Amino acid sequence: MTMLVALTLNGKTVSADVEPRTLLVQLIRDHFGLTGTHVGCDTSQCGVCVVHINGQSVKSCTMLAVQAEGMEVETIESLAGIKKLHPMQQAFKDYHGLQCGFCTPGVIMSALNLVARNPNPSEIEIREWLEGNLCRCTGYHNIVKAISAGAEAMKN
Amino acid sequence: MYNFAYQRPKSLSEAIAISEKAEEGLFLAGGMTLIPALKLRLTNPSDLIDLSELADLKGIRQEQNILVVGAMMNHAQVAAALEIRSVLPALADLAESIGDPQVRNRGTIGGSISNSDPAADYPAAVVGLGATVRTNKRSIAADDFFTGLFETALKVNELVVEVHFPIPKRASYMKFPNPASRYAVVGVMVAEHEDSIRVAVTGAGASVFRVPEMELALEANFSPEAIEDIAVSADGLNEDVHASAEYRAHLITVMAKRAVAALI
Repeated sequence: MTMLVALTLNGKTVSADVEPRTLLVQLIRDHFGLTGTHVGCDTSQCGVCVVHINGQSVKSCTMLAVQAEGMEVETIESLAGIKKLHPMQQAFKDYHGLQCGFCTPGVIMSALNLVARNPNPSEIEIREWLEGNLCRCTGYHNIVKAISAGAEAMKN
Repeated sequence: MYNFAYQRPKSLSEAIAISEKAEEGLFLAGGMTLIPALKLRLTNPSDLIDLSELADLKGIRQEQNILVVGAMMNHAQVAAALEIRSVLPALADLAESIGDPQVRNRGTIGGSISNSDPAADYPAAVVGLGATVRTNKRSIAADDFFTGLFETALKVNELVVEVHFPIPKRASYMKFPNPASRYAVVGVMVAEHEDSIRVAVTGAGASVFRVPEMELALEANFSPEAIEDIAVSADGLNEDVHASAEYRAHLITVMAKRAVAALI
């Protein structure tokens, strides 16, 4: 049995027929082909699947696609312009805030939720906010620097 | 995940009607526990009834000396609410200490207490603050609400609508978090009310419990020293890879002392 789910995905109105048990991350990746949102632990711990629902960061592996009915979903693909990265993405590049890059889309979507709440996050606030994002390469130092610089760049 | 039917009712009465008709319906609040349980096939409901559009379960307000929190308020909303910060900061701080930002953006107070996880934080607030749980059928006193491991007094087709917290003179929650999950290895809420002191412990036992010896000692002398020699027996406490029963028993006194110290 499938259900029609209609939502706004990166600014576009879209719909799909899904089983109620379909996860939001499966809808995003498998139905709409937006593979920037990753699946890591699949147990709501690692944060590589973070997207925004109505402006709030959530783990899309722990939400059903049907729960997003009528909502605005933003993924990492919503950020960059045609030839220009989002200031937060640019900061990750400039500050080498990634190594393998697998966790990066989730970290950036999480960071943007932090900056929306707090445009001037301190290093401690950034580190605490990253509780829900695991990176196994960097040791977080450059991620923290990148988020701080990205937050600054977003004021311009 | 086994398949199920999904419905998102617009009103409390519609939600209850769906539940009454369903073969085996489950209410879905924030889903931070239920969805992982579904993924592990630990539960197999015929229907999931999403509570996210029930206006009756939303909102935060003060009625005289009672702070009323809607069951569907998420942890981030409770942590940020000025109505809570100004009169009951211990509750906002507790909400802020749950999980991570993404979990706090989805998980709800109603879902947390209905699940009655032995390591959840909210049960310590509900019992420590002497709250009353309002359901669609009745009011349940905190001391009667949590009945055991993942068990509550809630009956079939009954759901939490609001939690009514009497505003204490002062209260503090201290926990020793699991470093990965932020669940409470042990968490203690100490609250001084007009005529009594309540000490509620989560994480240590099958379900939240009070420590009457500490409550009496603190009523006589509100200081960390008054409870430093009061040890809770390790018999029957939780034991797992994170902490032995003896260690949890030790942490109860440590966390209770810290909570008291924070209020002096």
